[in-house]
Amino acid sequence: MSILTLHNHLVTYLVIGALLFAIGIYGLVTRRTIIGMLIAAELMLAGASVNFMAFNRFTAPDPVVGQIFTLFIMAIAAAEAAIGLSIVVAIYRNYTSIDTEDLVKLKG
Amino acid sequence: MNASSLMPQAHAFFTADGLAGLIFLIIIAVTLFGALVACTTERLVRSVAGLVVCFVGVAGIFYFLNSPFVAMMQILIYVGAVSVTISFAIMLAAPERIKKFGPTGPLAGPLGFLLAGLIFGGLAILGIRTTWPVQAKIDTGSVKAIGVQLLTNYSMVFELVSVVLLIAILGALILARSGRSR
Repeated sequence: MSILTLHNHLVTYLVIGALLFAIGIYGLVTRRTIIGMLIAAELMLAGASVNFMAFNRFTAPDPVVGQIFTLFIMAIAAAEAAIGLSIVVAIYRNYTSIDTEDLVKLKG
Repeated sequence: MNASSLMPQAHAFFTADGLAGLIFLIIIAVTLFGALVACTTERLVRSVAGLVVCFVGVAGIFYFLNSPFVAMMQILIYVGAVSVTISFAIMLAAPERIKKFGPTGPLAGPLGFLLAGLIFGGLAILGIRTTWPVQAKIDTGSVKAIGVQLLTNYSMVFELVSVVLLIAILGALILARSGRSR
């Protein structure tokens, strides 16, 4: 297994997917703004999509299923981004801030 | 696998397969660089730019996985639509007087790295150690096959996704409209 034939191995794609997911987790726990957390969540979804496509290419008998699943993930992620960003705009209108430290109205 | 077997001879780069491998390495580097930029910069606009770079790299990875259609959809939907939506939200909601939105809080720094490293290590070891069963292909995964399957086997999910998108658009409109007259 040479470094130039890495794209023919399933393990490469699994490691890339895990890396994207872990970077997304790191962003999600460290960001203090809602938009930053949304961006990190998009990264985690990208990691999951890479995993689906890798298994689709290398192990699945029907290589259509993973592609369809990835398309569905994209559609759901687009819906999630639209809803999340309109919530962000609504929050900014009420609090004039999107910092998660400021959103403490429900805190007892 | 030792280091000498991993590094190819110099002339191996100048074949079609070698160039494909080189492009794949560049795509991996672009993807990871974009992901790191998206999660660590202080300004949200740069974070969105990193997200765009990362998604272009992910589209390249999809291309290497024999799916040019999904790669094109990735660029159209994520790079074209989602990133633009996020940058509009930043322009609308991120106040100019506070420029810095960098990683802060109790989990920033070593604890966050440890958490992400544990998750990455666990997933990577799981992927490497397992022997994945490979089954014979019964199809080629062409665009035509995707279309046929979407409208036959997966038509119910297809309809449900369209309903979800419709409700998401309506919900986004209502959420962004409420309280606007104030």
